[in-house]
Amino acid sequence: MAQKVLILIGTKKGAFILESDPARTSWSLRGPFCDTWPTNHVVGDRASGRIYAGGGNEWFGPAVWQSDDLGASWTHSSRGLAHAEGEAPVKSVWSLAPGADGVLYAGVEPAGLFRSDDGGQSFTALDGLQKHPSRGDWGPGGAGLILHSLVLDPDDPDALWVGISAAGVFHSADGGRTWSARNRGTRADYMPEDQRYPEHGQCVHCVVKAPGLRHRLYQQNHCGMYRSDDGGVSWQSIEKGLPSSFGFPAAAHPRDAETLFLVPLNGDTAGRFMPEAKAAVWRTRDGGASWQALRSGLPQKDAYFNVLRQAMATDTLEPAGVYFGTGSGEIYASADEGESWTRLAEHLPTISSVETLVVET
Amino acid sequence: MTDDTAPVKVRLPAHLVRLFPDGETYLELPAATVRELMDALETRWPGMRDRLCDERPAIRRHINVFVDGRRARLETPLRPGADVFVLTAISGG
Repeated sequence: MAQKVLILIGTKKGAFILESDPARTSWSLRGPFCDTWPTNHVVGDRASGRIYAGGGNEWFGPAVWQSDDLGASWTHSSRGLAHAEGEAPVKSVWSLAPGADGVLYAGVEPAGLFRSDDGGQSFTALDGLQKHPSRGDWGPGGAGLILHSLVLDPDDPDALWVGISAAGVFHSADGGRTWSARNRGTRADYMPEDQRYPEHGQCVHCVVKAPGLRHRLYQQNHCGMYRSDDGGVSWQSIEKGLPSSFGFPAAAHPRDAETLFLVPLNGDTAGRFMPEAKAAVWRTRDGGASWQALRSGLPQKDAYFNVLRQAMATDTLEPAGVYFGTGSGEIYASADEGESWTRLAEHLPTISSVETLVVET
Repeated sequence: MTDDTAPVKVRLPAHLVRLFPDGETYLELPAATVRELMDALETRWPGMRDRLCDERPAIRRHINVFVDGRRARLETPLRPGADVFVLTAISGG
């Protein structure tokens, strides 16, 4: 059976899709979709082949868009996608995660989590995060109080982790009803010196789960890169060997739990672009003990772009493809696990997210 | 003399109605308040109220509803035959 590889791209002005055969040498671009709404996250449900896009429009509020024909046509809904009456309105959808049995989770701004059991047609609030005792202390990050990382546990349909800027990582073992903070060992350098390891309030930028190892997570934080081997109960720094402790996205390898891809930027007060204006993706093959800069094919002069928190992903092919999108609208791809890179698109709107979907045709 | 049963005349923005199958930019509906008008739009095009109103509940921050030339809120009454304009504010970048 033939396969197609789709790169699902969320941008400030709609969703786009790049498409190729598995050789990943020739790509075609389609879009913009979702009526050019600001689209924060576009994901594919591998089980159904359905594509979901989440975002929000300043005029018309939040919505989740759905396509059952790989982007040719779209519908949208936000039924139930609202906090309780009287609360601050939901501005936008920031993260989507298709789970088992057709479930779809949606993370929103201001931070909250919703669940759909009918393919994104309607949503039910999982209001445990609103009721968390620390909720009153949560402050927004630069992009708002956003729930941007949504990590499901393939071994337990009731378990999930979320990353909220700037409240930190939280874990639920009961499908989102109750939550516990999972931030031990992660720094908050912007706090007074004696309060830099709080229980919550860290500025997490991206959390991903490693394949195959049930309790292995990786995290790119505003203040460092981390690994956890106990489901986020405790975190260990893995930033030694990297050019900075600041960056946004992280992407796990589809099969190897020891391999992780990061895009360190030059620093939170230094412009937040590529270190020395030379672009590189950094890869570890040993769980963060050592790092290698991958630069072949990436611009090594005047690269003043960033890569946002959801804008890097791998595919499931062999060897794994790695993809990232920049704040200045370029998509870069590697079909050989980061050894060499090609620019697939330029001049797109600011890219918020990159995900992949491999489909049988 | 006023016709007490006259519907209100509603104009909707094109980039709203294109989100809904068979959307129309002009229609006439019976409604005694803006809130009732939103309910009627929701009945006609399920999901449209969520595009125009949020959970406070209130008209969304960047949506303006004008009734007979004056900016309105959900509780604003509508006279029979009132002219209602739903407009999007300047927004974005």
